Amino acid sequence: MNAIPMEQGLLLSVILFVLGLIGVLVRRNLIMILMSLEVMLNATGLAFIVAGSRWGQADGQIMFLLILTLAAAEVGVGLGLALQIFHRFHTLDADSVNEMQG
Amino acid sequence: MVLTLFYISSAVAIFATVMMITRLNAVHGLLYLILSLLAAGIIFFLLGAHFAAVLEVIIYAGAIMVLFVFVIMMLNQGQKTIEQERAWLQPNIWLGPSLLALILFAELMVIVVLGGNAETGHTINSQQVGIALYGPYLLAVELASMLLLAGLVGAYHLGKPLVKVTKNRGNT
Repeated sequence: MNAIPMEQGLLLSVILFVLGLIGVLVRRNLIMILMSLEVMLNATGLAFIVAGSRWGQADGQIMFLLILTLAAAEVGVGLGLALQIFHRFHTLDADSVNEMQG
Repeated sequence: MVLTLFYISSAVAIFATVMMITRLNAVHGLLYLILSLLAAGIIFFLLGAHFAAVLEVIIYAGAIMVLFVFVIMMLNQGQKTIEQERAWLQPNIWLGPSLLALILFAELMVIVVLGGNAETGHTINSQQVGIALYGPYLLAVELASMLLLAGLVGAYHLGKPLVKVTKNRGNT
């Protein structure tokens, strides 16, 4: 049996996820929003690793690998979008990009 | 023993994440984010997922964070860069992350002295992960490669008109 209880690992994962969510909701800088998204993805990966360690299966690490590729693709596209917004609006404030009056 | 190490690295991860959210400067936040990811890497190692711990450090804290650093540096060009860098190099800026990194390094030393996997229970080595990855999860690997290709094409497309804009600015 594992030395680290599963509940505490999942609790840490939940805390990190909520912290990332707070960062996404509170911060208005696009770079900071992307970094908070990274924290949230990392927290989900931690939850998968904890579960995989609890059951002694390799599936948790495989899901972490998939989350890793997702994070890499997301960061590439997201930072490209941030660069575009900065060059068109000369700011990184997410609230100032509200010209799309639906 | 493992539980104590787990608590210490959890505290480091949570503290670094809180500091990351509350930093006003993006580079300072990035320093704390890297610390948070490194702490998560140590937690992965303590959970017996050695392969995931190595990937966390190399890809997350290495490759993806380098992307962030590049973009922040690209967006901060200007005359005031030198004053900014001088302000960033104040000791009270890098003292916090260095202390957290020192704590994580001490944990790593304790793990090494204890003899590698310090009673981490279920150790899942990279061989098992590889066998499962190219066995039942082959379709997921294909899908991940498609996702990475889509990300590559998307990033290329988003980055391409940027050159045109700067060229036009240079001509006029």
